[in-house]
Amino acid sequence: MKILVTAKRVTDPDAKIRVKPDGTGIETAGLEYKLNPFCENAIEAAVSLIEKHTGEVVAVTIGNADVEQNLRAALAMGCDRGIRIDIADEQLDSDLAARILAKVYEAEKPDLFLFGKQAVDGDSNQVTQLVAEYLDLPQACFASSITIENGEAVVLREVDGGLETIAVKLPAVISADLRLNTPRLPTLPNVLKAKRKPLQVLTPAALGVDTALKVATVSYEAPPQRKGGIKVKTVQELVEKLRDEAKAL
Amino acid sequence: MGTILVIAETFGGKLRKSTLNAITFARTLAGKTGGDFAIGIIGSGIAAVGGELAGYGAKGVYVIDNPGFANYLAAPFAKAIVALADQVGATSVAATSSTFTRDLLPRVAARLGAGMVSEVVAVIGDGAGVKFTRPMWAGNVMATVEVKSAKAVFGVRGTEFEAAAPSGGASPVQTVAIAPDAGANQRYVKFEPVVSSRPDLGEASVVVAGGRGLKDKAGFAILDPLADLLKAAIGGTRAVVDAGIAPNDLQIGQTGKVIAPNLYIGVALSGAIQHLAGMKASKTIVAINKDPEAPIFSVADYGLVADAFKAVPELVEEIRKIKGV
Repeated sequence: MKILVTAKRVTDPDAKIRVKPDGTGIETAGLEYKLNPFCENAIEAAVSLIEKHTGEVVAVTIGNADVEQNLRAALAMGCDRGIRIDIADEQLDSDLAARILAKVYEAEKPDLFLFGKQAVDGDSNQVTQLVAEYLDLPQACFASSITIENGEAVVLREVDGGLETIAVKLPAVISADLRLNTPRLPTLPNVLKAKRKPLQVLTPAALGVDTALKVATVSYEAPPQRKGGIKVKTVQELVEKLRDEAKAL
Repeated sequence: MGTILVIAETFGGKLRKSTLNAITFARTLAGKTGGDFAIGIIGSGIAAVGGELAGYGAKGVYVIDNPGFANYLAAPFAKAIVALADQVGATSVAATSSTFTRDLLPRVAARLGAGMVSEVVAVIGDGAGVKFTRPMWAGNVMATVEVKSAKAVFGVRGTEFEAAAPSGGASPVQTVAIAPDAGANQRYVKFEPVVSSRPDLGEASVVVAGGRGLKDKAGFAILDPLADLLKAAIGGTRAVVDAGIAPNDLQIGQTGKVIAPNLYIGVALSGAIQHLAGMKASKTIVAINKDPEAPIFSVADYGLVADAFKAVPELVEEIRKIKGV
């Protein structure tokens, strides 16, 4: 079995993000970058499926050369090789990312294309579904369990109101939710091994992708800040405030 | 801008109230761009829902009612919605964000050749220059975006657009015959609902949320009497959902549910960036945490530094006293 999996680089999910004064982007000085947490779940799922079913895991990312560090982190988790599409993150929208990844799928022809359900920087939650439609493949998003049997993936999905199970015939597109697994930490030997694993760089032009955007970001600003209130000393005082001041009881 | 097709959401054959927030978005956008809107409903045994939505000023309410749509699958639903959009001449499609629409709308966008804006919180400007605001980085950045493609798809953040009130009049309700085309490569297996007698987390006016400080299921259960008393929904942080203390459906935050109740009471939770993203639009925020440095206090209107296991039963007692129950 062959699995293609996304390894998107994001800003440290726990970092405090600040907008540049001129509104053209975010302050990147001193920011650290990590693998998107949901992509880590997807990579863990891909690597453990291949440990069970044998085959190959190919990690794919989009970005400038500096995202290769995070692609190597995916290789250190056990992916066999990496592909980077060379175009800056700022030049993408969800649709362009999806059209690029659909072309990578067509070149690689995996049995399964795994994604993180959402990148924690853009928060759009679109790319998996867009790729599935562009490729006319079945999708199973927000997966908290994946079982491969008889040529299909049986997927438990985290949805409003409960848990849904659907089955999608391979090849299929699946996005990982947080409860899917606990991503492994790469061991030092695997980190060293990852440095020698093959990493291919392609361009949107080489893939025949038109880089025109459908959604353009015009400006960024900080949200209105909520002012902290007061500290109450006792439960009784809290209840009085809620009743008399907030009129919330 | 043409016609905006609002996709209604149903659950168990009933209309989800969140649909009304997308109607407000559609009215707003239509008002700013000189267009109109229509409503589409898709499912099985949902014909009655059409009538419920006839009083909101839509140019038409279109019902696709077919046993083949009894259970949701993304690909056939997306095909049907795009067919409906073409039939009514819609240039955009909008729906309130939920796990159903987050799964479905991008597929609709790809099929329409449309750009999609997720989690729209505001419409800015008007006419051809209309733009949209949406949160990024867990709500720490607000981005203004414009759609360059001729068609557009919008995921609407329900907490930022009020539920629409009926506007009178009667939109024509029309049944549309669009057959499901699921193909052989996907099938629905089952749905295991979270059964709860409490209000829906997304719709409740009071929410009591618990965090890791409650330790386990028994600890989390101290929230039950408080929620009972306030007729509140219960929610949790990612930590308690990961630990299996609360079901996934109750996760509040960046990647879970986004809520804005009248009163939010956060108990024994620190207020990580990811959690704040899901609740900081609440009207009144109460935080109870024994760590005075917990970030939740920076957004709380009323903070109480206390051990939850002591404070919550006390809170129940005090509220009982003033309510006389």
